Amino acid sequence: MTKNRILVRILKDRIFLGFVLFFSLASIIPLFLIVFYIIKSGISAVNWQFLTHLPRPVGEAGGGISNAIVGTAILILISCLISVPLGIFAGIYLSENREGKLSYFTRLCVEILQGTPSIVIGIIAYLWIVVPMKTFSAFSGGVALGIMMLPLIVRTTEETLKLVPNTLKEASLALGVPYHQTILKVILPAGLSGILTGVLVSIARIAGETAPLLFTAFGSPFMNFNIFKPINALPLLIFNYATSPYSEWHTLAWGASFILVVFVLILNVIAKLVARKWKVQF
Amino acid sequence: MESPILKTVGLCAYFGQNCVLKNINLSIPRNRVTAIMGPSGCGKTTLIRCINRMHELVPDARVSGKIFLEGEDIYNMSPIILRRKVGMVFQKPNPFPTMNIYENVIAGYRLNGIKLSKDEQDRIVEDSLKKAALWDEVKNHVYRKGTFLSGGQQQRLCIARALAMNPEILLLDEPTSALDPKATSHIEELITNLKKDVTIVLVTHNIAQAARVSDFTAFLFLGELIEFGPSDRVFTVPEDKRTEEYLTGKFG
Amino acid sequence: MLKDKSGLLRVWGKFERSEFFFRKLLFFTALCMVILVVAIFLSLLLNSFPSLKKMGIGFVFGKTWDPVFNQFGALPFLIGTLLTSFLALLISIPFSLSISLFLGEYFTKGIFSSILKSAIELLAGIPSVIYGFWALFVLVPLVRTIQVKLGILPYGVGIFTASLVLAIMIIPYSAAIGREVIQLVPSDLKEAAFSLGATRFEVIRRIVLPYARSGIMAGILLALGRALGETMAVTMVIGNTNVIPRDIFSPANTMASVIANEFTEATGEIYLSALVEIGLLLFVVTTIINIIGRQIVKKMTIEV
Repeated sequence: MTKNRILVRILKDRIFLGFVLFFSLASIIPLFLIVFYIIKSGISAVNWQFLTHLPRPVGEAGGGISNAIVGTAILILISCLISVPLGIFAGIYLSENREGKLSYFTRLCVEILQGTPSIVIGIIAYLWIVVPMKTFSAFSGGVALGIMMLPLIVRTTEETLKLVPNTLKEASLALGVPYHQTILKVILPAGLSGILTGVLVSIARIAGETAPLLFTAFGSPFMNFNIFKPINALPLLIFNYATSPYSEWHTLAWGASFILVVFVLILNVIAKLVARKWKVQF
Repeated sequence: MESPILKTVGLCAYFGQNCVLKNINLSIPRNRVTAIMGPSGCGKTTLIRCINRMHELVPDARVSGKIFLEGEDIYNMSPIILRRKVGMVFQKPNPFPTMNIYENVIAGYRLNGIKLSKDEQDRIVEDSLKKAALWDEVKNHVYRKGTFLSGGQQQRLCIARALAMNPEILLLDEPTSALDPKATSHIEELITNLKKDVTIVLVTHNIAQAARVSDFTAFLFLGELIEFGPSDRVFTVPEDKRTEEYLTGKFG
Repeated sequence: MLKDKSGLLRVWGKFERSEFFFRKLLFFTALCMVILVVAIFLSLLLNSFPSLKKMGIGFVFGKTWDPVFNQFGALPFLIGTLLTSFLALLISIPFSLSISLFLGEYFTKGIFSSILKSAIELLAGIPSVIYGFWALFVLVPLVRTIQVKLGILPYGVGIFTASLVLAIMIIPYSAAIGREVIQLVPSDLKEAAFSLGATRFEVIRRIVLPYARSGIMAGILLALGRALGETMAVTMVIGNTNVIPRDIFSPANTMASVIANEFTEATGEIYLSALVEIGLLLFVVTTIINIIGRQIVKKMTIEV
């Protein structure tokens, strides 16, 4: 092996490393660009009036995004009510029944659900709820978002509970504790941190979803607490204002984007903290 | 001699088609320590898991024959009730990690929704911890989680938890195999003191421990009960050749 | 007499009843998942019937989408979807592969690893509509300037812009899976190669990548699935034009974006049903891709 050949190989190695570094770092440039742009354009729009006032028609000064903030909160509430109990119990079933036909098909369906485009879920919620009710509503939006949350909650519950050692279940059963109490009062609490993390991460995901809300929650210029009427939401507002021709609305949309991104970020940080601080050691 | 507290009649246990216990006829004397020993795979853990009906929790597991606790057929009673009468301590200490020491000891009652006054609970916790020889070490820390306890202390906590239910029989499945020698001797001393209150069935693969601690010994081999009798006889003049071979270490 | 679970039925007290009902509850919730997915498929199918009956298989090949004359051909959207997704995939592969190697080979632990990992997670967490918003105000003018330089019509919006923003969005997905499978390559294989005097690059090229090849493919497949279904960012920069795009700089529409744009305006049974049929297509295609992708990943993680 001549010295030259070796040098060429080392050169190729260094060039390759250079490529890897270049492309890796280049990938996160958009992140900085986007975050920088959101902060630059959005932070100027955020003030007390912005957060507490309703949107004003074009041309009028002022206006805020209060109804979108409230709307997003209500939608999150509805979707959690639907998906969290259902998802956790399905996850318990899967961790208690590793084998079996139903377990196989359930896992398959959860995977399918996870990969389903959000706009298709929006269509489904439209067909199942908006059409029979003959109106757009927060409820239908919450159902759509709930369906989107389900796969993640089922998966994290199953993974978390699988990590709980079997000896814990046996210790409880050997004490004469009935099965359902064993699951609810011994196994579930032991896996609480993981399950909670899954819920928080799911919320962070659906908080920014727009497509399923386009023909369910639909959006509204008013403040609305009636879940059977259309409701505004942060992502909907951003979409509507961003694609409008009015620059004041663009500014508002940047402000709303800022709020949304901060919210998603905080949720993810809390989820990480919960995963670490509340983790039960076995 | 007193009547035995537990009797098995023609007990056979299966995992699927595999028969792991063959026609066991065993009488456990009350208020004594009975050791069940034998090489790995002989069925000793399966045997005690039949006594508190934990064996049937495994899918595909079956049992035939009868077991009588104080004359009652345990298959004619609810397994939940049975498990309150028969306590179990496992090989690896398993205190409930989300509960503190106090809650662990009283867990059997709380998880069953049995309402007791605070005074009664305090009394039960203190009694059980004293019986398990753990009270002095933890009495100022009962509201802390048990994770700071050593392995031996955790195991005594599990014993206290089982004792809190006032069981008639306490099943110990190799309780010291995960512990160091000092902790082991604590537990052995504990076992000897406990037998006046509760009948003890001890599964162990440690022959010396069985010889030290037990009053009666049953020797199991390949799912069959080879020999049963007072420990001092079984260990000195075993009747069956296989027992003798096991005791002299011919096979593990 | 053999005593098994059925023998217990004689002794049912309240504990057995509570266990029975609890287990049935768990069973039912798991069943709900299956029922949900089946119901989704059936709903999409049923509501596509009017359109299916009228246009049959010609729907997939029809070039004209004209609601006014009740003509619905989905080919423009199929092509739009395929173009944007594959272009996005192509653009994203060097980036996601590099990240996979960065995190899986070069810097598996340490501060650089944590920084990149957090950055990628953040990238994946930004909502789609915000990507679209940013793309509308930053990428579109950029592409417009490029188009002016190239002497073509400066739409700004179009397939190319949509592919760009889509590429950025799917990088985290294939990167994550790629990293997993690259880390799964047994270290003794790599060490054997190193001890023979191979450089890092050679080990990666000849040992790591071939070993992890199917896993990386799976990651790409899953990223593709994600790209196919991505709606908001694409809708905002693709130009909302219902014709077959002439080239990559033309405005167009994807299956997802035409649904987003026209669903609420859809009057008439056939119109709505045609849109639902597009949704059905989307659902079936993404489901198949996702299942194949996950099967490959599962097989890889079991084999090792």
